[in-house]
Amino acid sequence: MNATLTPTTLAELVAAVRSAPHVLAIGARTKPRLFAVAPDVTLISTLGLSGITEYQPDEFTFTALAGTPLREITATLAARGQYLPFDPYLLDAGATLGGTLAAGLSGPGRFRFGGLRDFILGVRFVDGAGRLVRLGGKVVKNAAGFDVPKFFVGSLGRFGVFGELTFKVFPRPATTLTLRLPVADANAASQILTTAAGARWEIDALDLLPTADAVALRLAGPAAALPLLATEILTRFPGETLSAATADALWADLRELRWTFTKGPLLKLALTPAQLPTLAATVRAHAGRIHVTAGGNAALVSLPATIASLGLPALTLRGPGPLWLDAPAPPAITAAVKTALDPQNRFPSLAA
Amino acid sequence: MPPGLFPVSSTVAPATDPARFLQRLGDILPPERVLAGQAQLAAYESDGLTAFRTAPLAIAVPETQAEVIALVRLCHAEKIPFVARGSGTSLSGGSTPVAGGLVITLNRLNRILRVDPAQRLAVVEPGVINTAVTLAVASYGLHYAPDPSSQSICTIGGNVAFNSGGAHCLKYGMTSNHVLGLKAILATGEVVEFGGASREQLGPDWCGLFVGNEGLFGIALEITLQLLPRAEVFHTVLAGYRTLEQAGDAVSAIIASGLLPGAIEIMDALALEAASAAVHAEYPPGCEAVLIVELEGPREVVAAQRPQLDALIAASNPVGARPARDANERAAIWKGRKSAFSAVGRLSPDFIVQDGVVPRRRLGEALRRIAEMSRAAGIRCANVFHAGDGNLHPLILYNGTESGALERAEILAGKILHMCVEMGGSITGEHGVGLEKRDYLATMFNADELDCLHRLRDAFDPLGLANPGKMFPDGTAPALAQHGLHPLEKAGLISRE
Repeated sequence: MNATLTPTTLAELVAAVRSAPHVLAIGARTKPRLFAVAPDVTLISTLGLSGITEYQPDEFTFTALAGTPLREITATLAARGQYLPFDPYLLDAGATLGGTLAAGLSGPGRFRFGGLRDFILGVRFVDGAGRLVRLGGKVVKNAAGFDVPKFFVGSLGRFGVFGELTFKVFPRPATTLTLRLPVADANAASQILTTAAGARWEIDALDLLPTADAVALRLAGPAAALPLLATEILTRFPGETLSAATADALWADLRELRWTFTKGPLLKLALTPAQLPTLAATVRAHAGRIHVTAGGNAALVSLPATIASLGLPALTLRGPGPLWLDAPAPPAITAAVKTALDPQNRFPSLAA
Repeated sequence: MPPGLFPVSSTVAPATDPARFLQRLGDILPPERVLAGQAQLAAYESDGLTAFRTAPLAIAVPETQAEVIALVRLCHAEKIPFVARGSGTSLSGGSTPVAGGLVITLNRLNRILRVDPAQRLAVVEPGVINTAVTLAVASYGLHYAPDPSSQSICTIGGNVAFNSGGAHCLKYGMTSNHVLGLKAILATGEVVEFGGASREQLGPDWCGLFVGNEGLFGIALEITLQLLPRAEVFHTVLAGYRTLEQAGDAVSAIIASGLLPGAIEIMDALALEAASAAVHAEYPPGCEAVLIVELEGPREVVAAQRPQLDALIAASNPVGARPARDANERAAIWKGRKSAFSAVGRLSPDFIVQDGVVPRRRLGEALRRIAEMSRAAGIRCANVFHAGDGNLHPLILYNGTESGALERAEILAGKILHMCVEMGGSITGEHGVGLEKRDYLATMFNADELDCLHRLRDAFDPLGLANPGKMFPDGTAPALAQHGLHPLEKAGLISRE
């Protein structure tokens, strides 16, 4: 069992990092494989560091402590007609802002305006030397200093412990409309993803559902415009418009990963639509399920049991098996950057 | 005197014999692509920040990635500093040469290597001109979103190094948000590849870290850019106001309405005067400020949002407002806006372009304070800004032939930057820190934070050879000079932002 510390202030967070030779931050434990590390690593829970510290709706920005639950953030934003356009996962499960950044998990909405990397503005973090530093900025546009906040997206907490994060937000579109477009197979799905993504419709989300039999296409914008766009889309790709209740349930099920096996690994992959048919065939051959999102650029794969390879690099978020499958070769510069941010190797390596 | 405003001029002492270095350069490039004559060097001694200049040891003109790699490795072996340069449009002095160093020009690496319309991406070399990307993909209905005002001349490599912005950042972000993959030669001589063809990634965002490195990590050799479907229709409105404050209030109302325009820009009276003279742009008579707002998207969406925007503008009490009726009128509105900086050259022989950011809600206050500081200093200051982003571009006018005028202008510029930081903003929104603002980096970051940035720089470039003297103060400085506008700017052929 790893020892766990729960600091409640940024000063305590600094002290916690300095208190042990090996530490790793954790949030609400919704992606447990990411912190399944050696027993001598002290876990630092950010759950005591919670709350929105600044929110300026007219600036399109907010700042929150790393352990703030996403659902608190989305509710606060929604009350002012705003949102995080990248649809973060596991809201109901209690996922935190910091954990989401570390895992690099952007949801279906990342299709339109981009993912975490496109909305993170600034990070206050404790580096491996135990220093609390703030890089990036608190305004929507800033080019001063190296963009370390972006580097932290998907960094698995291996380069620093997040204390406080600043994000850009957008006005929430007035309405959404979801179309269900049945597909015969992954080839047909890949075709729709590619064609629709290049079209004039400004699609909000474009996913192949885990049932593998349909593409879900979401529009977002003024109420008067969406049915007109939907009509045109349905003449190109046969399908149906879902009722608001059905659509909300569909996106909520995807968001909370309710389609996954309860046991077995859950993996994240980055891909292109052209790679989709092969990946889908591999997943099917292992009796697994796949949710393809971001127009065919990202996928979550749930398998009943561990396997050695999916043919593409993959990161295990939960369940058994190695952290990485077919791990991408780290750039040669990795070790030097790790040393720069974590000179004493206080944080685990990216590989484990 | 502000910190380090007039630093002592010195040179980086090369660890090697310059003559031997030049000879070894000759092993990599033919003689006609190594420029070392005085007149040749003079052509490269400054960039868009014309107030500073330094003659380098030599200019290398590679044509292939292999040549760039060999040049960087030679610099590493011989401990010679190097500066990568595209079209030399940096407004922060980002490509100002280093004395005793090599300038590596990348304009001949201008190949668009691959366009993939299905995956909506283009792979380009660093010397490709920004607008050339959109031109190459327009037939697929796609475009490359970042649009710095110098886009008809600036290169993607420079955009990547300085994370360039433009008028459409509010909705689409900066260069960084559009770079999916990179191949680069680091200052250590290592060739790395970050990211790839997918819009998603696994592991830390190396591309994100590299973009905006200001040339301090190395040189990008190949850049994978995401492309977006070109918006089907635009609704571009130009509205004139009696005061800047009214224009600012209109911006607040638009932001509060829930609309997400592609661009929200403001120009003040002095900038309008310049633009009218330069490109014969027509503005409503009697206005002291002009607001440009652009909606874009599918025709059904814009049709639904247009009445909302028009009503907001009508309610904001403009002296006149007119939508662009066709593509030509839209182009004319943007031409007036994007030429504003160069046009200011008609009002003053010299000017400094500043690039501060303030929280959007404090724009009015920031502009009032700039006006007060400008009056107190007796220096004219025109304002053009990305109002949606809170990104100010005060243009500080001076006459370089007057003794002490540049110094007084620099002092005013420094005061404006301090104000931006004090308001919770940034010393740079899109031009980068470069040479110009390096002494102000410490106003945004404390000692630990600066140390962290230094350690990262050292990780990528332990010898400190890649673009030294930019972003961080290093005790070296080029000479101040009096250049005025670039001849092409005077001719109205290129613009800056």
